[in-house]
Amino acid sequence: MNYKKKSLLGPLSSLKYLFHDPITVRYPKEQKKTYPEHEGCSPQYRGQHTNDLEKCVGCGSCMDICPTGAIEMVEFNDVKDKPGATRKRPVIDYGRCCFCGFCVDVCTSSSLSMSREYIHTFITPLNADSRDAGDLISNDFVRRPDLSLTENPGWNTPDEWSWLSLDRMVMGVMEPKERKTSFVEMVRGYSKEEAVREAQRCVACGLCKEACPIHMDIPEYIDAIWKDDIEESVKQIYKTNPLPEVCGRVCTHKCETACSIGLRGDPLAIRWLKRYAVDSLPLEKYKSVLLNNAIKPVNKRVAVIGGGPAGLSAAFFLSLMGYKITIFEADEKVGGIMRYGIPAYRLPDSALDKDIDFIKSLGVEIKTNTRVGKEIEFNKIKSEYDAVILSTGFNLGRSTRIPGSQSKGVVQALDFLSDTRDFAAKKIKEVEITEKILVIGGGNVAFDCSRSAARLQMMKFGKVNVTQICLETLDIIPADKAEVDESAEEGVVLICGRGPKQVMIDENGKVKGLDHMKCNSVFDENMNFNPKFNEEDKAICEATMIIEAIGQAPDYSYISDDVKSKMKFERGKIVLDKNNETGAEKIYAAGDIVKGPDIVNAIADGLRSAIALDKKLNK
Amino acid sequence: MSEILTFMGMEDQYKKYELFFGPNHPGMHGNFSYIITVEGHTIKKIDPDAGLLHRGFEKLVEQRLWMQNISLIPRICVPEPDINEAIYSIAVEKLMGVEVPERAQYIRTIILEMARIGAFLFGFGGIGGATGLYTASYWTFADRDYLLDLFEWLTGARIYHMFILPGGVRRDIPNGWLEKLSETVDYLQKRLYEYDRLIYNNPLIVKRLENLGPVTQEDAMKYGITGPNIRATGIKYDTRKAVPYAAYDKIDFEVPVQTAGDGLARAVQKREEFQVSLDIIKKAIQQMPEGSVRAKMPNPLKFRVPKGDVYVKLETAHGEHAYYIVSNGSDKPYRMAVRGGSFTAGLVYAQKALVGMRIEDVALWMATMDICPPDFDR
Ligand SMILES: Cc1cc2nc3c(=O)[nH]c(=O)nc-3n(C[C@H](O)[C@H](O)[C@H](O)COP(=O)(O)OP(=O)(O)OC[C@H]3O[C@@H](n4cnc5c(N)ncnc54)[C@H](O)[C@@H]3O)c2cc1C
Ligand code: SF4
Ligand code: SF4
Repeated sequence: MNYKKKSLLGPLSSLKYLFHDPITVRYPKEQKKTYPEHEGCSPQYRGQHTNDLEKCVGCGSCMDICPTGAIEMVEFNDVKDKPGATRKRPVIDYGRCCFCGFCVDVCTSSSLSMSREYIHTFITPLNADSRDAGDLISNDFVRRPDLSLTENPGWNTPDEWSWLSLDRMVMGVMEPKERKTSFVEMVRGYSKEEAVREAQRCVACGLCKEACPIHMDIPEYIDAIWKDDIEESVKQIYKTNPLPEVCGRVCTHKCETACSIGLRGDPLAIRWLKRYAVDSLPLEKYKSVLLNNAIKPVNKRVAVIGGGPAGLSAAFFLSLMGYKITIFEADEKVGGIMRYGIPAYRLPDSALDKDIDFIKSLGVEIKTNTRVGKEIEFNKIKSEYDAVILSTGFNLGRSTRIPGSQSKGVVQALDFLSDTRDFAAKKIKEVEITEKILVIGGGNVAFDCSRSAARLQMMKFGKVNVTQICLETLDIIPADKAEVDESAEEGVVLICGRGPKQVMIDENGKVKGLDHMKCNSVFDENMNFNPKFNEEDKAICEATMIIEAIGQAPDYSYISDDVKSKMKFERGKIVLDKNNETGAEKIYAAGDIVKGPDIVNAIADGLRSAIALDKKLNK
Repeated sequence: MSEILTFMGMEDQYKKYELFFGPNHPGMHGNFSYIITVEGHTIKKIDPDAGLLHRGFEKLVEQRLWMQNISLIPRICVPEPDINEAIYSIAVEKLMGVEVPERAQYIRTIILEMARIGAFLFGFGGIGGATGLYTASYWTFADRDYLLDLFEWLTGARIYHMFILPGGVRRDIPNGWLEKLSETVDYLQKRLYEYDRLIYNNPLIVKRLENLGPVTQEDAMKYGITGPNIRATGIKYDTRKAVPYAAYDKIDFEVPVQTAGDGLARAVQKREEFQVSLDIIKKAIQQMPEGSVRAKMPNPLKFRVPKGDVYVKLETAHGEHAYYIVSNGSDKPYRMAVRGGSFTAGLVYAQKALVGMRIEDVALWMATMDICPPDFDR
């Protein structure tokens, strides 16, 4: 810098600015030199909010992050109910808002954004009573940010800039090569560090809670995992779920479909987190953690017929209410489909046993190898107990009834899976299989069969030759996407959009293949199951063993006729009245025979029947 | 406050006064006050009287989530708010062990230098205001608006940007922004010569500033005076060099010094540093690397910072600004203490320096020392 040029006249140079335009914006808004294409303020200005009511799911994350407490979630009458959403929407108090835009950066549904609108005038009506000023002002400052300012868009947050953690913590899964040689559980489970990192992603909106059939306190147990408080987490889980080891592995996880983080990224791994929590607490500690209040006995006895998830759930909740429970179970062990259907590589015995052992420890009596209607009469139970809960499930196989399906070499899914489970538990030496297996069905059960068959073939013959055929095309296949992908990795060949025509038998009466045809459509206009085939379009698939996995059916033959006559059935299921009763005195029902289709619904049903029963018996 | 403006003793009745030099005084910077005891025009005693500006920031941050605080802390300092976001973010990153992407470091550097230039413009205007040369403050405030336009474009807001956050910055640079920034830097460069003619080559101003409250090197060290003010005494200490942060270790720049330590030296020092800031921005634009602008960070609603404490200091236009942050491992800070750049000068050193000066020097001394009341009253 040169100080030598000192001059008193220097400041006069400012005169030349007399005729320059001002730098600041005047009203009405003008274009600025810095961003000449945009009138007024900058392209990503953080002005007043705008919210797409249809897109918004009412998760409330904006309210939670707002540092000024400017946002309140209010129930809107004019929003439609939609699954995975509440009817609450944000309302913003511009007397508090600091225009940070954090609410926009955490918005799970990308419905909230900010406009370039910043002029907010408030005119006090001249004739207003000063006592009303407070209301007048707050009415004007508190605004619904509905779609009003969209024509002037400013700050918005694409996924790239979202503050949410959108990527799921990857779960360790056994490599296909390794897993297809055994029935060892293939999902490894989270380590503590992984679980805490996954739990961290939850915004505690509770949308999942609504979607879960038993309304588990998901945000609460996830928060406890985040705080590394396993005992609290297990406590929260057991408030509604007596089978968390099972559900933490094989639940159909409707909650994850609803998870708000899933709108932009991967939904929370809610199921794996549950598994992590219960896996981390040893059974010995359960009692001290979970049973703080002594159970008050109510001197009443309840019989539960069928020890599947529905029966176990009813037994658990009724035991906590003080009832004396006896479960009658036809099989050698309780568990139902969880023990004799779901393959061990998805649900190992140890996990199931842990859940059941805790239920047993509440004093539930279990009579195994006792098929009602055979080992013991239904009416005898009915007369000896104060109430009876039926939870016998859908355990009969359903056949395609195509020509040849009655031959030896065509087996039912549940028979095959139950043998496989016994084999995995080393109770039997071998399951009868051949080198070329064909599975019919496109649901999860069919995939359980094909993947189990692949494992058995691998162990016996060293190679996989399993074909699976289903009516549905890949876009409408009812099974989970993971099943489709993982089965392919294990070597199962899937043929979609084909229906079985007849089983082909060779001269020795042995199965040699399946004649199949094109399936044009699966459902009719009313979305009822009513497949239409093109018989011209035929093909043959070679196979020496066929597994039919197209659904299960109930068996009500054990129920005495007098009771049955008082009950109502619809499409194979028992219809309950509004009090959740069956119509037959003392008889309640739960599980697949009432509702289905999965374990968590069976648990919900078990609880519902327990409450209905208690209402009646304890009134 | 009752002792203010009381009689000082009958015999001194017409000799000594207590003068309340507070927020209403046009020469005062913000909501702060000195209670000045004068004899004639000469200052005999100075009592700094803070409190009117207290907003409880340090307590408020304890009640907000780590990420929510980003919207609160820039408000600690109006002239250079971004510095707060940067210190806080660096502190959190240190406690969490987070690596910030290089591009974000450069963007932070540009933001901090833009804010610094904005603060210098405020400062130039302050000198103009205190000497009756109001043209200076009109010009500088108008020129600062060009920077605010750029901030608005980059961050969505003009003053409180809330843009630097733990892990990096909130967004990438918009298309065309760097070019406009270059234009603005060139414009400010031209304007700097105009400022020279208006202020620094103006014999009246030079005369007025010469010998105003000279700071010795010993006093600078003893009273913890930092920033341009310590460099005006000849001590070459700059936090950007001493403990480099953002991209300052990757950008080549020289820190100027003066020797006299008086009002003129301080004003000239800031004028020279204005030049350095323009140069740093130009280099940062040239060297700007590609890549991401934010490290992967946890969900802001479940954001926890590991147990520990850090002291982070950064260079600002009015000295070394620092935070001491203690985390007990939870989702909110356990304690946060702020050390403002002009904290020691405005509260402590003032009690020595102003004694013996004349009343009319107080405002100008505050302007040249860049006394910023929020630095010590929050
Ligand atoms: C192969 C397969 C895989 C599945 N995978 C999953 C999955 O991954 N996730 C999921 O959520 N759901 C899955 N399901 C569905 C789920 O298993 C059922 O919805 C659930 O088990 C129904 O429970 P439940 O208690 O009603 O009946 P069940 O589990 O069928 O239990 C009924 C019990 O009653 C016993 N019983 C029957 N008759 C009598 C009698 N007369 N006397 C005494 N005892 C009797 C049976 O032995 C059995 O133990 C699967 C189903 C199948 C078939
Ligand atoms: S912009 Fe910031 S202060 Fe305003 S409502 Fe959104 S989160 Fe709250
Ligand atoms: S798991 Fe998903 S849906 Fe459930 S509370 Fe957390 S973020 Fe919300």
